Amino acid sequence: MSKLRLAWRKSLNGVMLTLTGVAAFAVVAVLFVILGYLIWNGGTSLNLAFFTQLPRGEGETGGGMANAIVGSLKLLFLAAVIGLPVGLLAGVYLAEFGGKTFAFITRYTTDLLNGAPSIVIGLFAFSVAVLPVKHFSVMAGGVALGVMVIPITVRSTEEFLRAIPNSLREGAMALGANKWKTIATVIIPAASGGIITGMLLSLARVAGETAPLIFTAFGNQYSNTGWSQPIASLPVMIYTYALGPYDDWHRQAWAAGLVLLALVLIANIGCRLILNRKGSARSI
Amino acid sequence: MSTATSAIDLAAPPGSGPRVFIRRLRNGDEVAHLITLVFAAAILLITSVMVYELWVRSSLTRSKFGLGFFFSSVWDPVAEQFGAAPFIYGTLVTSLLALAIAVPLGLAAAIFLAELAPRKLSDVIAFLIDLLAAVPSVIYGLLGIFIIVPVMRTVIGPFLKGTLGHVPVVGPLFQGPNYGVGFLTASIVLAIMIVPFIISVSREVLLTVPREQREAALSLGATRWEATWKVVVPWARPGVMGSVFLALARALGETMAVTMVIGNSPKIAASLFAPGYSIAAVIANEFAEASGDAHRSALMELGLVLFLITFILNGCARLLIVATERGGGRPS
Amino acid sequence: MASAAQSKSVTKFAPHVRAAEVSSAASAKEAALRFQISDLNFFYGPKQAVFGLNLKIPANKVTALIGPSGCGKSTFLRTLNRMNETIRNTRVAGEILLDGQSIHGMDVVGLRRRVGMVFQRPNPFPKSIYDNVAYGLRINGYKGRLDDLVEHSLKRAALWEEVKDYLHKSAFALSGGQQQRLCIARALAVDPEVLLLDEPCSALDPVTTAKIEELMFQLKDSCTMAIVTHNMQQAARASDFTAFMLDGKLIEHSETPKLFTTPTDPRTEAYITGRFG
Repeated sequence: MSKLRLAWRKSLNGVMLTLTGVAAFAVVAVLFVILGYLIWNGGTSLNLAFFTQLPRGEGETGGGMANAIVGSLKLLFLAAVIGLPVGLLAGVYLAEFGGKTFAFITRYTTDLLNGAPSIVIGLFAFSVAVLPVKHFSVMAGGVALGVMVIPITVRSTEEFLRAIPNSLREGAMALGANKWKTIATVIIPAASGGIITGMLLSLARVAGETAPLIFTAFGNQYSNTGWSQPIASLPVMIYTYALGPYDDWHRQAWAAGLVLLALVLIANIGCRLILNRKGSARSI
Repeated sequence: MSTATSAIDLAAPPGSGPRVFIRRLRNGDEVAHLITLVFAAAILLITSVMVYELWVRSSLTRSKFGLGFFFSSVWDPVAEQFGAAPFIYGTLVTSLLALAIAVPLGLAAAIFLAELAPRKLSDVIAFLIDLLAAVPSVIYGLLGIFIIVPVMRTVIGPFLKGTLGHVPVVGPLFQGPNYGVGFLTASIVLAIMIVPFIISVSREVLLTVPREQREAALSLGATRWEATWKVVVPWARPGVMGSVFLALARALGETMAVTMVIGNSPKIAASLFAPGYSIAAVIANEFAEASGDAHRSALMELGLVLFLITFILNGCARLLIVATERGGGRPS
Repeated sequence: MASAAQSKSVTKFAPHVRAAEVSSAASAKEAALRFQISDLNFFYGPKQAVFGLNLKIPANKVTALIGPSGCGKSTFLRTLNRMNETIRNTRVAGEILLDGQSIHGMDVVGLRRRVGMVFQRPNPFPKSIYDNVAYGLRINGYKGRLDDLVEHSLKRAALWEEVKDYLHKSAFALSGGQQQRLCIARALAVDPEVLLLDEPCSALDPVTTAKIEELMFQLKDSCTMAIVTHNMQQAARASDFTAFMLDGKLIEHSETPKLFTTPTDPRTEAYITGRFG
């Protein structure tokens, strides 16, 4: 082995390894750039008015996004009501009851749903919730988001239920508990930490979704009560304002982006820390 | 994803038929089984309805244009002429270019995290990268519009034009007017969005490579890099490929960030600086105010196409990842 | 057939065995029978694990099941409270009578209340000590003073003194030996007539093992016990009757002192003198 060749290999080694480190830190840097810009540009616009007032008319400055915040909360609520029970019970089915073929089909379909682009799910929600009544509504947005919540919840519920060792099931059954009692009084409580964090993560995920809302919940300048009118939401407002021509709108888009990202990150950091402490695998 | 059957299952009591079924229903277990089964079936119902709706509501344009839909580049809602070519082109160009940027970057970072970084640092960085994956698309769009677009217009664009714009084969890619928005900008934003997935899956896959492989290479006198690149990565190749497919599926369906920076112009153009369109972007932009049933049907058909492509890609991705977990790639 | 050599090697394992005990065989026949097993055959799918087993388990005595790994003793034990039904594709043939009544005809939940089980590895629920013991009572719909029953069960399991001030602490805060005694208390809470123990001490240290054997001696009066064990000294020390199984068949069953000093079957002798298994 010539000395030159060895020197070349060694320097290649050094260069490549350094590059990998650079790549890793560059990617992480992006996270901090995002946060930095949001805080810089949006932080100054965050005031009480932002949280409490409705948007002003086009071209006017000031106003806030109270309706969008409330709208997002309403949509999340609907998504939770529609998606979480289905996800939880289907997860229980897969982990505790599933027959071979039906469980396989269910899992496969869940993955299919999970991989579907959010805009396609929006089209589905449009078909079933907007077309029949011929107007946009909170309900339709809730349906779209709810459908997105389901696969994430199913996966994490099943995973955490399976992680409970069989010895607990046997212990309960040996005491005379039948299957559903065992599941309800021992297994689900034992897995509850993981299941709940899984649910919170799924809600955090759909809180930031914009595409499916564009033609379901649509958007609304005003606040409203009830579930059958279109409604504003944070992500859609960000989208609309960012593309708009007014500087004031841009300013508010940054502020809204900061609020949205802060909520999503807090939920994610909190949940993932809890899950990591439990020592279980992530399920994005 | 384990496909094992449920851990404990009551053996079916003898007998069958409706009377036995009703009797069994009084048993709490059977009720619970039934209820959970119904909810599991709900998922099947939802997915079936989704595919059905996409199929049915695109029937107008499917029957009118047939396969020509995919090759025509005329998109004129007023004249009710719809061709998907510009969107397919835009989707493919931005996704593939995003992959070209993200895969080397992501794989390099994954190698760093799996092979070089001390475990604790690796875990912390992996955690932060998972957070990146959770950032909503619209926020990447914000970044795209207000940071990357100006930078593209003022710095990157002129730079590339000046250098690569004159090179023979790739020249046309970097010529033409540059407004900041366009294929290249969208690709860059997409790349940033899909990199976390590549890193996260590749890192996990690399971590499963048995240490004996690494050690065998090192003991033969390979440098750290050689051991990694020539032994460890090839072993994990199926899984890494799987992560690429996953990222591609993600990129294809990505809507908001792309729509905010691609320029929204349904034209096929050679230059990467030119504005373009993607399937998801046109649906997002035009669906809410679609003019008429034909327009809506065309958009639905685009949605159906998108769904099918991501479905196939996700399926392949999962198979590849499972293949690595099962037995490690055999480097060819 | 006891030869001098045999007795010498056997007494290595059973130092407490005294010749006098061997002659008390007659009294066992008249003792009441808790379980009567006739012609039991058990299958895991196509594979048969228990072949034509006939056994009588006397009331208020400890019956030990010994044999090499895989001989079917745990499988057999689990048929007694129908726990094998929780595994797919298993089949039982033959008759098992509990106090004269077939266990397959009765409600399985009721059966399991009467026939409790303690497992090889302690498996307390991720709940408090109190809630663990109270669990069986609660799900069986017991409406009474739980506190008293919990205390009583913990006392029977010789755990009360150690945990009485910490009842609301998590069960996982206990040591392995304490957790196993907690599982015993949990099983005892529903006042079972029979307690099945599946190698309960295999994960525990000798001191804790001794405590649990002492426990079993005290519980005999109120509870019939069947214990599967790999540890022949334990079988010799703690049981009244011993059954030796091999390859799914019952080879020999008699009073413990007799089986360990004068086994009738040569295979039994080979096993207890350590020639295999």
